[in-house]
Amino acid sequence: MHPSTLPSTEQVWRWLSEVPDPEIPVISLTDLGIIRDVAWDGDTLVVTVTPTYSGCPATTVINLDIERKLRDEGIGKLRLERQLSPPWTTDWISAEGREKLRDYGIAPPVDGTAADGRLMARVDRLSGSSNLVIACPHCGSNNTERVSQFGSTPCKASYRCKDCLEPFDYFKCI
Amino acid sequence: MPSLPDMTTPNVDALAAERAAGQGAAAPVEMTPDLQAALVEFLLRMGDNTLILGHRVSEWCGHSPVLEEDIALANTALDLIGQTQLWLGLAGEIEGQERTADNLAYLRDAAQFRNVLLVERPNGDFGNTLMRQFLFDAWHHVMLTALQRSSDPRVAEIAAKAIKEVAYHLERSADLVIRLGDGTEESHKRMQASLEDNWSYTGELFVADDSDVAVAEAGIAPAPDSLRAGWDAVVNDVLEQATLKRPEGTYVHQGGKRGIHTEHLGYILADMQFLQRAYPGATW
Repeated sequence: MHPSTLPSTEQVWRWLSEVPDPEIPVISLTDLGIIRDVAWDGDTLVVTVTPTYSGCPATTVINLDIERKLRDEGIGKLRLERQLSPPWTTDWISAEGREKLRDYGIAPPVDGTAADGRLMARVDRLSGSSNLVIACPHCGSNNTERVSQFGSTPCKASYRCKDCLEPFDYFKCI
Repeated sequence: MPSLPDMTTPNVDALAAERAAGQGAAAPVEMTPDLQAALVEFLLRMGDNTLILGHRVSEWCGHSPVLEEDIALANTALDLIGQTQLWLGLAGEIEGQERTADNLAYLRDAAQFRNVLLVERPNGDFGNTLMRQFLFDAWHHVMLTALQRSSDPRVAEIAAKAIKEVAYHLERSADLVIRLGDGTEESHKRMQASLEDNWSYTGELFVADDSDVAVAEAGIAPAPDSLRAGWDAVVNDVLEQATLKRPEGTYVHQGGKRGIHTEHLGYILADMQFLQRAYPGATW
């Protein structure tokens, strides 16, 4: 590809926003906030990706999906790089992504509870004054309880709504 | 408010900013061949601890008392195996002999493994598995907290990634040790027995040898005994809430860090390595 015909990085970001997360297909890789950088190194496109959890089995699938999408769009030379630092945090999930999660039946991470905020949430919970409200994504009730700290994937916890009685996943904060 | 284990997850953004400004992290030191060998040894120990414990915990998959616990144990194992890929991957890269994380996991024999004996202990009952997990998680969390300030940025970034996962492991294992310890007469009795069963295997986490001293002097990792106070604080607090009595024994079973293992490791490797031994190079 001649340098003057290379697609812009903005165009590449748009393509990546069409690649769904393999485990939660309602949100895209850009909603999830795991694409750290898109850049041209000469005529090679370099996409930098950060893992969510270090053992997440979706990581390999995500890399394959990125490659397939960009090849389909005509990118000939492509390099995927892994970036660990700074580590991914649920704070990077976009506002739009959070709403899509809720519509899909997964309670999105509560803003500002990653890292230090999580500890404070624990203090509140143990002292019985928790203000960390995980609203039921089905009926909107705040009357919910945690069933297990781990859900169907490492990134989720299992909750239950005490009003509509439906179980649901909560995308927990890291 | 009940007292809490010290589980403050350090502010990673602040640490990253400090590092970028050249503060906080220990100053980098010149890498000599001896220091490089000590660093590889240290990385193998980190990776082998998470690999062997991850494999042990994965043995519960499909056997746990309730579905939620089955899922939680499998997820914990997955995190630990993911961290193994990072630690052993870096060990192989620094060693420079073209050994990948997979090679190191599947093609070394027992005497080349560097994990502490605690993590190869048999699972026992559910309570025993959770007690072993808690004793390890409490150490893992203080170790990773210190490693975020490593003079080697490659070590620091793996620690910053892993500690977010380990904070959840510790929170869960501490909660369950408290619930089972301060539970029924039967669960209390079993948790006290589990504590005594695993206790003499915890000391190895704090014993230093020459390579520990070398990486500590280079600011790459903390001196093992410097982690004791932080571990004691968390363990004492949780045991008190769990109404469990801290054992008084001071005997330390050791050897794993230099490749002298209990017979249990051989059985783990036979299971874990079978496929690569029987069908070398198999991929899927």
